[in-house]
This record gives sequence, C-alpha cells and structure tokens, in this order.
Amino acid sequence: MSGDQVRADRAGLWFGPQPDVAGASGYPDAPPRMGFFTDTSVCIGCKACEVACKEWNAVPEDGLELTGMSYDNTQGLGADTWRHVAFIEQRKPFGGQQPGVSHDDVDVFAAASALGTDAASPGPGATTPPAGAAPAGAPAGEISPVSPDGRTELRWLMASDVCKHCTHAACLDVCPTGALFRTEFGTVVVQEDVCNGCGYCVPACPYGVIDQRKDDGRVWKCTLCYDRLGVGMEPACAKSCPTESIQFGPLEELRERAAGRVAQLHASGVTDARLYGESPDDGVGGDGAFFLLLDEPEVYGLPPDPVVTTRDLPDMWRHAAMAAVSLGALAVASFARRPR
Amino acid sequence: MSDSDVTREGLRGERTQREALTGAKAGRRRHRRGRGGRGGRGGRGEQPMVPEAEFSSYYGKPVLNKPTWKPLDIAGYLYLGGLAGASSLLAAGAGVTGRPALARPAKLGAAGAISLSLVALVHDLGRPARFLNMLRVFKPTSPMNVGSWVLSGYAPLALGAAAVDLTGRARRVGSLATAGAAVLGPAVATYTAVLLADTAVPSWHEGYRELPYVFAGSGATAAAGLALAATPAAQAGPARRMAALGAALELGTFQAMKHRMGLSAETFEQGKAHRLLRAAETLTAGGAALAVLSGRLRDRRLALAAGAALLSGSAALRFGVFHAGVASAKDPKYTVVPQRERLTAREG
Repeated sequence: MSGDQVRADRAGLWFGPQPDVAGASGYPDAPPRMGFFTDTSVCIGCKACEVACKEWNAVPEDGLELTGMSYDNTQGLGADTWRHVAFIEQRKPFGGQQPGVSHDDVDVFAAASALGTDAASPGPGATTPPAGAAPAGAPAGEISPVSPDGRTELRWLMASDVCKHCTHAACLDVCPTGALFRTEFGTVVVQEDVCNGCGYCVPACPYGVIDQRKDDGRVWKCTLCYDRLGVGMEPACAKSCPTESIQFGPLEELRERAAGRVAQLHASGVTDARLYGESPDDGVGGDGAFFLLLDEPEVYGLPPDPVVTTRDLPDMWRHAAMAAVSLGALAVASFARRPR
Repeated sequence: MSDSDVTREGLRGERTQREALTGAKAGRRRHRRGRGGRGGRGGRGEQPMVPEAEFSSYYGKPVLNKPTWKPLDIAGYLYLGGLAGASSLLAAGAGVTGRPALARPAKLGAAGAISLSLVALVHDLGRPARFLNMLRVFKPTSPMNVGSWVLSGYAPLALGAAAVDLTGRARRVGSLATAGAAVLGPAVATYTAVLLADTAVPSWHEGYRELPYVFAGSGATAAAGLALAATPAAQAGPARRMAALGAALELGTFQAMKHRMGLSAETFEQGKAHRLLRAAETLTAGGAALAVLSGRLRDRRLALAAGAALLSGSAALRFGVFHAGVASAKDPKYTVVPQRERLTAREG
C-alpha cells in the first residue's frame, strides 16, 4: 500500500467519500446503509411527521409559540424538535408543479355568492369571468386573490427537515465521551446515558441539528428511530407521512428514486428542482438524509455548502503544536540574558 | 407564557424582514455601523474588508444552533488555561535561573488557575462525575477529549509543584513536577484554540490557523501580569520581557487573523465582542508598555498596574473571541454568504 493510499484511507475517516460507512466504524457484516429521502415537492405541511416523532420518541413539548413570522410554529430543529416542517411563503408563481387537481374552470366567488340562494352547485357550467372584469362577489377595483391568468401569486414551499446523519458527522467526531456513535445502519445516534452535557456537538454541527435540552443539559436529536429499525420497522415520521414526502429505505435505492423524481420534475417544467445532500462528494461525504428542494438550500434554512469541521483538524493540531512551541520559545527568550 | 420572542416591535432578536426570500439577489443590505470609541485617534481609516453581503435565509433564522456554553464558564476556562500554562513556563525558568521570588507566585498562579478552570468546566457540565466521562475514551478528533487528558496530566503536576514550593519538602519531586508542568503548559494554553476552531461557528473556525498563536500570546501576557504584580522588581525581569513578547505575539497574530478571515471577521468588530476586544487591545498594549517602564523606574506601583492591565486584557480577549463566535453563529449571513460564494466559484 503506497503512502498516498494510506493517507487517503485515513482521510476517508474524517472527510471525503466513504462508501462503507458502517464498515469503517467497525461493523464487518453491516446491513445496507439506511436513510431518508425527503421529497419536499409533495410535502403539504401537515406536520404529521413532527407529531409522530414526538409521540414515538416521547420527546417533551417545547412550547407552542406563535412566532409572527409564518405558520411555522416550531422554527427549527432542536433538542425537542427532531423533525421540523418549514413553511416558506414566496411571491413567486407556481411554475407547473401542481399535481393534477386544477380547478381553473371553477369560479369559487360565483359559487360563494350563490350560496343560500340556489340549492344547485355551480357545476361544470361555471366559468372564469372575462379578463379585466372583477369576479362576481369580489369588489371591483380591489386586489383580487387570483391573478389574471388564474394562478395564485403566492407559492408555499413546505419542507420537513431532519438530522442529516452525515457520512462524516462532526457531532460524532468531536464528542469527547463517545456518547455519539455510528449504528450498523450507518446512522448517528446519541447514547443518553453516556452524554455528559458538554454541548460540544452543538456548535460543531454544520446544519444546526443537535441541541442541548435545557432541563437536563444533555443533547438530543433524531435517532432515525434506531429502535424501530432494529426490528424491521420504518421510522415514525416516514410511516406517518400521508404524501410519501418522507421516504425511508436503503440509501442507494433512495438515490436512484430521487434521481428519477428530479428528471420527472424537470421534464414537467419544474426546473428549480434539485437534490440537496445527496452527493457523496460534498463537504460532509454525503448525507444519510437528503432532500429534493425547489429553491436554494438557504431559503429553507439549510447551509448551501456545509463542510465537516474535522476536514481541517489535522491542520488545526499542527498549528496548535507550532503555537505551543512558539510559546515555549517565547519563555526561553524571556529568560535569555540580554546584553545591557 | 411570557417567554415568547414576539414583542410589540416584532420578533426579538430577529431581522425585521417577514418573508423568506428567494433568488440570489434577495436579501438585506448591511448597514455599516459608525466606528465609535476610537478615543481621539481620529480613526484608523480601516477599509471594509468585504463587500456588502446579499443572501437569502429562512426568515432570518440562524442556520447553526448557537453554542450552549455559559460565557463565564467557558471563556473563563480558556483564560485560566492560558494563565496556568504560561505560568508554569515562568515557574520552570525561574527555577533554572535561580529566581525563587518569581518561581513561587508563578507556581501558585498555575495551581490556582488550573483548579479554578476545572471548577469552571465542571460547573458547565453540571456535576463532577461528568468530567470522568471525558476519560472513558481517547479521541484525537475531539479537542475537548484531548484537552481533558492533557489537563489530567497537567493539573497534578502544577498542584504538586506549588505544594512542594509551599512546604519545602521533597524538592526533587518538586523540580520534576515543575519541569513536567512546563512541558505540558504550552499545550494547555494552546489546545483551547483548537477547541473553539473545531466547530462550524464561522468566526471560530475560520481563524484556526492564527488562533492558537493569539491564545499563546494571551496566555503569556496573563502569566506575565500575575508574576509582575507579585514579584519584586529585581527578579521580575523575565516577566517583563514575557509581557512585551506575549503582547506582540497576541496583537500581531490577531490582526493577521482578522485580515485573512474575510466576512466572519466582522463579528470581532461589532457589539459586545468589539468592546471587549478593544479593551483587550488597549489593556494588553498598555500593560506591556507599563511593564517595560516599571523595569526602568523600579516602581512597584507601576508593576502592579501593569499586572492588573495584562491580566484583565487577556481575560477580555478570551471573552471577546467567545462572544464574537456566538454572534456569528446566530446570524445566518456568516454561514450562508461564504458558502454560497464558495459554491458559485466552484461551479464557475
């Protein structure tokens, strides 16, 4: 084995592509790596995943607060929010990504104004008023919620965020006690009885996932339902998702499925669709939980190009060692007798 | 429940924007704050280091979870570690060159500082038994774990050296302990820079190349300050020189660090961190000057003033760096903008 090869292998433990995550962590006969593919293009923001996660994992409530910023009342991932559904309100037309449930031919205002006067529904005969004319029931000259082409001006992006179960997990690498470990499924889990509450993993996570619970001082995050996986069940969030926005399975299979979905969306004109966290060549070696997004990652509160902090760690130790030597030299210089 | 973040003026601690913005051009224009407190120097005419940042975010919410560390515990821990580590060097040097009046305060200082820093660490963890969890494993990827091992080696040596100095017994053991503490001391003073840098916090991580030197210099000035305040002028020569050299190392490398860091250096120039770091600069530079002057004039009061200035200057630096990092984690700009630029550059 050449020197370069050795270096590359060693580097593979801390950053860069790592095809056999569980194997590198000492599981010789590991099952395939499991993960999430969260297809946000079909998320309806029902938050069933948040609730299911809390219920199954007995995560305590973290306050129901109206934040005043959007319909999102959980705001972000934390010690007591392991799945978080983001609601992004955008002044941007829909593109073409609505599922086939178009009701362009139904005039809801006409239907509303007819309520109570006529027992019959507007039926298929109701039509959109001619362009320029206010729909029946809407005051003329005021803002209509419907733009002239019949599409609403606002679009909602909804996305269920979760721990990424990185190939190179900074939280796991910096944990001083070994409380965080890699499971045989390639996921990252905190052992709550070992965690000593130092909180080092919290600022280490490039995604802002793991956090400290105020009352017990220990850290908590998504376990990818390690207890369910062990007995062949799927995680609670994926199980409860009514639109299959959250898909669970072997990571390889999910990647294939995701590539197909992106191609499908591109073909139907949704050119904004892109995968996030799927590439094994990215700064964290690829995520065990990746996403299909309809806008830039930062719009969803995700970092555009995260890098695991341990990539620079050998360099950091080198600089610290040199600084320590400098300090020693400085002390020697302080004691060196100077000519007067 | 009154712990809501919503006030009459809007969300507390949030940007005023209410919409999640889309597209590369969306975003907030940053206002450059006035540079107050230049103290009649007429301003140094520092140029803005980075262009105006434009970026998108999720309602201005942070991307990272901010450090949960309590400032007094952890910034205090960083400071005390530097003070202890560099004091051990002074103690060893004083022992070799026959300066008992310098050796004693340095040994006592190292022992006291390292004990207090362990108290601060345990206080942050919650209970003493949790410190032992750190020694379950040995993990070079975790600076906190490595630091715990270094401390477990260093603390008994520093305490032993001080105990021997006080009791006057077992002098051979005492000089061995002093030498051992001096070997581990620099590591105690500089590993804390890696502790901060090995995180995703932009203002800590981006400075990883220079931060150990800044901390080394800061540790040297603190130790020199303590020694100056407690040592008669005749034996305090090395402390005075250490003050001058340490201040030069700290201030020089800190400037270089800010210069190279780009956008994430901004938090060093804002708010609480700015005030602390300005104070650190003034106190350290002033303290070093006073230290040199106290040697010329042989004035105890000058030496005391120099010592106080150097000790508080070093503390202000650690707290300043700590708060700057927390501020950079709280604002998504410092996470998103550099990453977006990197991504755009890579995609050509």
